[in-house]
Amino acid sequence: MRTFLARRAGLALIQLFVVGTIVFLLARLIPGDPARAVLGDNATEDQVAQVRELMNLDAPQWEQYFGFWGNLLRGDLGVSLISGRTVLEDLPVRMGNSLELVLLALALAMAIGIPLGRLAATKANKAIDHIVTGGAILGISLPVFVLGTLLLLVLGVWWPVLPPERFVSFAEDPLTHLRVLLLPVLTLTAASTAVVARMTRSAMLETLSADYVRTARAKGLREKHVVRRHALRAAMLPIVSVSSVELTTLIGSTVLVESIFGWPGMSSLLMNAVTVRDYPVIQAVVLATATIVIVVNLIADITVRALDPRAESV
Amino acid sequence: MTTLPDQKDAVGFDPVRIGAFGRCLRNPRVLIAGGFLAIIGLLVLLAPWLAPADYRAQIDLPLTNAGVLGTDDFGRDVLSRLIVGVRTSMLVAVLAVLVAGAAGVFLGLVAGFRGGWLSVVIMRGIDILLSFPPIVLAIAAVAILGPELRNVVIVIGILYIPRFTRVVYTQVLSLREAEYVQADRVLGASSTRTMFRTVLPNVTAPIIVQGSLSLSFAVQIEAGLSFLGLGAQPPLPSLGTMVGAGRDFLEVQPSLLIFPAIVIVAIVLALNVVGDGLRDVLDPRRGQS
Repeated sequence: MRTFLARRAGLALIQLFVVGTIVFLLARLIPGDPARAVLGDNATEDQVAQVRELMNLDAPQWEQYFGFWGNLLRGDLGVSLISGRTVLEDLPVRMGNSLELVLLALALAMAIGIPLGRLAATKANKAIDHIVTGGAILGISLPVFVLGTLLLLVLGVWWPVLPPERFVSFAEDPLTHLRVLLLPVLTLTAASTAVVARMTRSAMLETLSADYVRTARAKGLREKHVVRRHALRAAMLPIVSVSSVELTTLIGSTVLVESIFGWPGMSSLLMNAVTVRDYPVIQAVVLATATIVIVVNLIADITVRALDPRAESV
Repeated sequence: MTTLPDQKDAVGFDPVRIGAFGRCLRNPRVLIAGGFLAIIGLLVLLAPWLAPADYRAQIDLPLTNAGVLGTDDFGRDVLSRLIVGVRTSMLVAVLAVLVAGAAGVFLGLVAGFRGGWLSVVIMRGIDILLSFPPIVLAIAAVAILGPELRNVVIVIGILYIPRFTRVVYTQVLSLREAEYVQADRVLGASSTRTMFRTVLPNVTAPIIVQGSLSLSFAVQIEAGLSFLGLGAQPPLPSLGTMVGAGRDFLEVQPSLLIFPAIVIVAIVLALNVVGDGLRDVLDPRRGQS
């Protein structure tokens, strides 16, 4: 286990290093002069020189690269070219807002998806199984931005139970906050629930036909006990793995969902930065999301390893 | 008496699998989804002739019920724009998956077949590519390279390389020691020849399954990027831009949202159903009794 931990953490560090390098290169891939790209064609030479200075573009390439890492390690994510504020002033709050959506959606998806998948597996090929699998394939086929906009139409316009409201933080007004939260979380949850239910079903179908489950049944254990203690527990490994993958998907999907519902998370930060070509902010958001994903995968891999009874002997 | 497949057939494409495609179509869900995709394919090919009007031309006042599906906010024919939009989205998705497939399969073959440090470098690189949520990296990359469809194809193509590489890599690892691969080597075939002529044809099944599922993701990412204004640029419609435009007129003309939404969901659903169906018959672990 210790060598596994060391190897896995080492891999995460290498991933972070490469991700950082890619993010550094992203801004250097801009065709032409990046400073000119930020300011547009009408900018004066003085303005361009000023932005070049801000982006540290006049130093030699290697110096820029080491400077980039030096700043990162000191926790300096740069300064927005547009607002002049440091990225760290905005990023943590936005990240918190995004993670609120993502984590709630994932928790809901697991709370609904695992029981549904288990139900479908124990009633394989019965009507309920067909309903769950059919619903699941429909769920994964609904792109988040389509579902989000449709929900906005149905629950906001046609049957206005959840009319669009301005975002309020939980501290300001908890009830309104939860009401505003509902539609984005619902939108995010749908596809993930489908994925978790499908994975649970197929993992449990496999464990339900395994020898140790047959043994458990032969011992005369009650079916409920067999399903819960033997089949579902063994099926948890792939479910945990798929959930960590789902988290990555959810972090991506929030970008679209936040933009539909006006949720002030990382997405609006990213999208605003994209429209005005605020490269330091774009870099910081990409770096932050990739870091979250790398850390989540690290935790998931360790959890799977810890849950896997076979891992110790291998 | 049954005829034996000749040598070339046996190496080229396992006849059992051709039977598998037939079996797959016996599933009514797959048959319907496949038929629908065939129609979409025809639509993509014949779009310029099928569209009743020019997708750029104003045919009536904005937001009326003129034409079959009404007009958009610029008074353009929604049906014509939908047909051209399907073509834009599907072409971007297919091209992106071809890019991802070609590069991913090649890398997976090399990593699995050669092994050693090359495989470590390739597979770790793939892990790193997987640590980005695709849409976030796509937004950043397209924003920096410029919102052009060509860039969207390249970015989606690169982001979906890992899926193909992983599938091919694991398959090749198990095939490398197979007797017929060893036999090929003993007979003096070069490793490039063995890799492409003997190993590759035997990993086509998972590649096809991955291809159809990736196509469904590519359609969604293209539509997502276009929805955010980073894909197809006006006046060219794509399914994503049409949903995005429909969002602005929810109260006035909800049909502007509903039609493209239905088409996207139907296409993605059909691709997923076909992908699942193919996997069920091609993946030996999944109850191919």
